[in-house]
Amino acid sequence: MRRSLLLPLLAALTLAAAIASLLFGPVDLSVGRLLAAASGHGDPIATTILFELRLPRTALALAVGAILGLAGAALQGYLRNPLAEPSVLGTSNAAALGGVAALYFGFAQIHPAVLPLLAIGGALFSLALLFALAGRSESPLTLILAGLAVGTLAVAGTSLALNLSPNPFAAMEIMTWLLGSLENRSFEHVRIALPCVVIGAAMLLWNSRALDALTLGEDAAQALGVDIRRLRLRLLVGTAIGVGGAVAVAGAIGFVGLIVPHLIRPLTDRSPSATLLPSAIGGAALLVLADIGVRIVPTTNELKLGVVTAFLGVPIFLVHLMREKRIW
Amino acid sequence: MVTLTLDRVGVALGRRRVVRDVSAAFAAGTLTGIVGPNGAGKSTLARAMLALVPATGAVRIDGDDVAALPRAGLARRIAYLPQGQTLHWPLTVERLVGLGRLPHLAPMSRIADGDAAAIERAMARADVLDLRDRIATELSGGERARTLFARALAVEAPALIADEPLASLDPGHQIDVMELLRAEADTGKLVIAVLHDLTMAARYCDRLLVIDRGTILADGTPRDVLTPDLLRAVYGIDARIETGGDWPTVTTFGRAQPPD
Repeated sequence: MRRSLLLPLLAALTLAAAIASLLFGPVDLSVGRLLAAASGHGDPIATTILFELRLPRTALALAVGAILGLAGAALQGYLRNPLAEPSVLGTSNAAALGGVAALYFGFAQIHPAVLPLLAIGGALFSLALLFALAGRSESPLTLILAGLAVGTLAVAGTSLALNLSPNPFAAMEIMTWLLGSLENRSFEHVRIALPCVVIGAAMLLWNSRALDALTLGEDAAQALGVDIRRLRLRLLVGTAIGVGGAVAVAGAIGFVGLIVPHLIRPLTDRSPSATLLPSAIGGAALLVLADIGVRIVPTTNELKLGVVTAFLGVPIFLVHLMREKRIW
Repeated sequence: MVTLTLDRVGVALGRRRVVRDVSAAFAAGTLTGIVGPNGAGKSTLARAMLALVPATGAVRIDGDDVAALPRAGLARRIAYLPQGQTLHWPLTVERLVGLGRLPHLAPMSRIADGDAAAIERAMARADVLDLRDRIATELSGGERARTLFARALAVEAPALIADEPLASLDPGHQIDVMELLRAEADTGKLVIAVLHDLTMAARYCDRLLVIDRGTILADGTPRDVLTPDLLRAVYGIDARIETGGDWPTVTTFGRAQPPD
């Protein structure tokens, strides 16, 4: 495939997925009714479903998928490790812990910005802890172990917070925070997530060529003019803001940042900078498609998004395992 | 004409002082070899010249303190070929060589015609034009060394510092790399290379700097510097040095016996 076609094709796929996401749902609405609603002449039910339910849900899936895909690609580039990803490194779960703490201890009632801010704070703290634990080691094992430690701590903290919560419905919420969902989201959620995603994405996309230089190692990258400390800070804060904002509205949806760069990389020249933007668009498409999946699969309770993405993530680990064992 | 001066440069890694009070000046058009035993501080000294480690004293390029220069500005003035050949992503040779243009590019800008021309020139000089579409991680050791060399040349900086560029290369490829270093110096660049092979260093370098325990033990032309006494003192070896040919050759016999 011509590389110049990659972005237009991904954009077309994402657009098609977004349109499909507006068309499909538990309530069967005809295209005619939805078009009438979109043009402002529809019946109240179709109008409500389109504007209050499906449109914000689709917008959130696009934004959350994009930042998760982008953060995965950026972290993989910086850490020179194809297994790096916000959920594998514990970032998403730490952000979820921040969100849970805000909700169940009442901080979220102080101001609407407190919940996303605590989610961002959780993500930032986990990334700082991760970098401190893994140090300058370039070994994938060290990083994955450090991520496992951070993630496990965050999941335990989330479960503990919900366990101790005076709210009787808290236990039911555990699954939403740990697995992620876009059920019943409104434009209020879009207003929380979108600025975080835009700021985070801008920070991750800025001067992405610095990530390419790291393919030669840190010394060579610095000798090529890359300010490693500034790059690390930008990636850390960008990932924390973007992923924190996404998790604040959608919970910890895993593996998007692992799956998408893996599928995208062979279609690029394999340099970290070339995978960033396609991973963002691909992540948006993947999450919208996964979200359509959870809505049309007939189950009593709606499937959690993170369940679907986890199923999709397993083959990526298997491919790595097989390569390690030189089976493939 | 570029000059690089070291004024009482010292580097401590943790509590250990790896480089002590090193002063030296390097001129354009010369190839200087830095030699000395393992752990003598050669690579650390090279890294100090690029402000990659905090150092006391001052390293100046054309009078400007390297530690005070912006990273990209320094990168345009000194190209660096680090030790080792680890590549973390499977880039093509052309893409890898293109990384050398990074110091010349503003964030979010595209590669300009001038950059593309510099990449072509670098690939031609290091003789990797026919490898351009190959994946760099799949090259042989010699091909990879030439590719990484081309990457350093693509910076088109007036100075080049190479840290053990001959490591893990066979004798043929060692000659290729030394010829490239020599050619760069002959075009008027300031070239410094950390080397282990004394005969190679003697054959190609204009000047040798012998480092031991972080300080300069000898500094001069290979013929002046390489003596059996110095090799015994620095490396603890017995060696014979033939000076009859075009360049001195070093033959080592074994560990020097301690005096009775």
